[in-house]
Amino acid sequence: MKKFTSYPYIIWSVIFIIFPLLLVLLYGITIPSKTSFFGFKLSIENFQRFCEPIYLRVLWKSVWLAILSTLICLIIGYPFSMILAKSSLKRRNKFVLLIVIPMWMNFLLRTYSWMTILGKNGIINNFLRIIGLPALDLLYNDGAVILGMVYNFLPFMILPIYTVLTKMNRNILEVAEDLGANRFVIFSKIVFPLSLPGVISGITMVFMPAVSTFVISKLLGGGQYWLIGNLVEEQFLRINDWHFGSAIALILMIVILFAMAIMNKYEDKEDRGVGLW
Amino acid sequence: MVEKSIKKFYIFLVFLFLYAPILVLIIFSFNNSRLQGSWEGFTLNWYRELFKSREIMKSLYYTLSIATLSSIIVTIIGTLSAIGIYNMKSFRKKIILNINYLPVLNPDIVTGISLMTLFIFLKIRLGYTTMLLSHITFNIPYVILAVLPKLKQMPKDMPEAAMDLGATPFYAFRKVILPEISSGIVTGALIAFTLSIDDFVISFFTTGSGVSNLSITIYSMARRGIDPKINALSTLMFVSVLILMIIINKRSSNKLKREGV
Amino acid sequence: MKKSFIVLIFILFLITIMTGCGEEKAQLYVYNWGDYIDEDVLDEFEEEYNVEVVYETYPTNEEMYVKINQGGTKYDVAIPSDYMIEKMIKEDLLHKIDMNNIENYDNVADRFKNLDFDPDNEYSVPYMWGTVGILYNEKMVDEEVNSWNILWDEEYDDEILMLDSQRDSFAIALKKLGYSINTNNEEELEEAKDELIKQKDLVLAYVGDEGKDMMVREEAALSVAWSGDATYLMEENENLNYVIPKKGSNLWYDNMVIPKTSENKELAEKFIDFMTRPDIALKNTEYIGYSTPNKKAMEELDEELRNNSVAYPSEEEVINSEVFLDPGEFLKVYDRLWTEVKAHQ
Repeated sequence: MKKFTSYPYIIWSVIFIIFPLLLVLLYGITIPSKTSFFGFKLSIENFQRFCEPIYLRVLWKSVWLAILSTLICLIIGYPFSMILAKSSLKRRNKFVLLIVIPMWMNFLLRTYSWMTILGKNGIINNFLRIIGLPALDLLYNDGAVILGMVYNFLPFMILPIYTVLTKMNRNILEVAEDLGANRFVIFSKIVFPLSLPGVISGITMVFMPAVSTFVISKLLGGGQYWLIGNLVEEQFLRINDWHFGSAIALILMIVILFAMAIMNKYEDKEDRGVGLW
Repeated sequence: MVEKSIKKFYIFLVFLFLYAPILVLIIFSFNNSRLQGSWEGFTLNWYRELFKSREIMKSLYYTLSIATLSSIIVTIIGTLSAIGIYNMKSFRKKIILNINYLPVLNPDIVTGISLMTLFIFLKIRLGYTTMLLSHITFNIPYVILAVLPKLKQMPKDMPEAAMDLGATPFYAFRKVILPEISSGIVTGALIAFTLSIDDFVISFFTTGSGVSNLSITIYSMARRGIDPKINALSTLMFVSVLILMIIINKRSSNKLKREGV
Repeated sequence: MKKSFIVLIFILFLITIMTGCGEEKAQLYVYNWGDYIDEDVLDEFEEEYNVEVVYETYPTNEEMYVKINQGGTKYDVAIPSDYMIEKMIKEDLLHKIDMNNIENYDNVADRFKNLDFDPDNEYSVPYMWGTVGILYNEKMVDEEVNSWNILWDEEYDDEILMLDSQRDSFAIALKKLGYSINTNNEEELEEAKDELIKQKDLVLAYVGDEGKDMMVREEAALSVAWSGDATYLMEENENLNYVIPKKGSNLWYDNMVIPKTSENKELAEKFIDFMTRPDIALKNTEYIGYSTPNKKAMEELDEELRNNSVAYPSEEEVINSEVFLDPGEFLKVYDRLWTEVKAHQ
């Protein structure tokens, strides 16, 4: 009888989750048409249009930058989590707190801070000028965007890996050591495979926001720098082509579902990234 | 020994990377120049301008008011639906849980445009109400996800036992279920509150009529270029987060001590 | 128990909806370009008429149009440019303005009245006007600037700022090629697109209002700019200079209009009248640097500014310049090609 209490939410999710997505789907598979009664007609034109090389390149670039930043986060974050997991309890808590604090700052502020550092008259270039070196073009390019992504999403990589590593049973490691396994073997045969669930949720949590961002690319990449998120934003807010915009949004969803499916293969279903909170 | 110092150095580098930009923001919030590159002397001017700015103060108000309202509503709906979902048959439960995952897994931009499409389709004026509805929508799943595990931990026959002993369903809910799941509810409410305060993308697409939250205001200011008022704002936000975290940390470590851990 | 919860949720909903509209003062929603008004003027209006002004800005005509066209807003006054007014009139998005309520309309100089986009001046009241040109830093650009070609010069790689606006960007490329900025020839527009794509590597960024700061701080050498911004920026940094290329450019008029989204047309007309009052128009034009079409304000204007050829160019300087027209259905081609320019890597 208690299940009735979920009915308000069921109604809510039909109106605010399912129906809007169906609308996006509807826009995506139609184009405006003057002759039709509804003002639009079924068509795959939007998707065909997306298959032009120019848009595929934007998609590819977004995916590629997201993969790169995820990898960089993993390379920086994994050793860091390992060192963290091995330190004393008191230290650990302090360090975790230090990782979490920047996450509580608004991410736009964090992105903005890099604008002031990388700009042509920013901190780095001013420093270079003082020591007599030529100024560099640091802002408005791939490097700046990747930096912004890594900076914003690094904690999302560190925390899940760290959580898994601290939960790891120490005895297994000791047994392995007693059996004469060297450190490389212990890491590659025991520690890394056991930490995989954390790595997977870390990768998901970095890749997802990175591939769909339009803010980081806009602020650190400049107005001419387009990732797939910018493409969607522009179609909805400036160019007023909701049909094409919806089609791109659907493609973005497919990309993410695809990435999740790959990740899910490796994921331990029981504890997915709950440790964050 | 060498290894240890390498490790220390590595930790230091990562923290430097995380904190240097924030420190830079803070330092230059006191800089007596609009340009950020060089130091031109100390001033509190930007803080004064910050508090004078109508735009920022108004968006601060909207941010807090929407976060409070939405987290209250979300906690109630979320807790109730978690209880409902918990009592469901496994097939329907699976469907609802999967729907529940949609806003969590969907990129914010897709949630944002789909809600905007909905509101415009229904001819609802974009503004405070639509932003609130959107915040409720993307936050409910997190509350459900926070409360459900606590329900699972509760002995299944406890509420039934209470009712067998003559408790009304409401009494059983209040005295038996609620205490068991209260920690999950609090976590859920906190998550909802912070997500609402921090949200940019979904609010960006679903607001209008001059209503904007802090994130949107910061975005439009940052798009107009470098503005020391944003630095001042960052400093204040950083300091308040720091204080909040220290208090929470102190309290939880005191609690640990009292419990003798 | 179900009931009590449903009642509770319902009450919360009521509270929400009530906080959403619990204001006592009348509100005026003004939708304007960024950095395009002296905000003190808004305060004065609030005080004089005891209302609250809700002020929002947009970076391009297109963004404003989308917001108003798709609904969900209640703007009372907007300030679009010529071709956009033409389009909005065609699409029935504007209220007719009762000129009897705009007593100060007489202050507007005749040459700004009854222009092609609003032939009988029923829908709009002139706000500002100006040109598009090249703003450059004399310290960083040695040669004489008089052609759009300089924006394609590899010597200024990563020193060039373009406007993040489709109509303006295409206009520049079209003028460079010697075509009309109102071309309806798809081939010409394709050519312009190729020019913009070719240029993209040299461009530091497509900018909105942030570009102004970058020019003052000498982060770029050349920028496409509107004349009013140029007037203002040249005061901020004396190395800056502004030219309208010989081949011509875009001459534009921004007028105040009342979109159909308005729920308080009377107040909107009061605001438009207020903005056309000589003292207010003067204050506004002095602050933002754009050129006023208000002849009374013009008389009061500082001599130096009145004779400033950037803000008030002679007819000879704008002889090759054109006013934008609404491309009508052809806009779709613009949209598609602009998306391609921006998406190009």
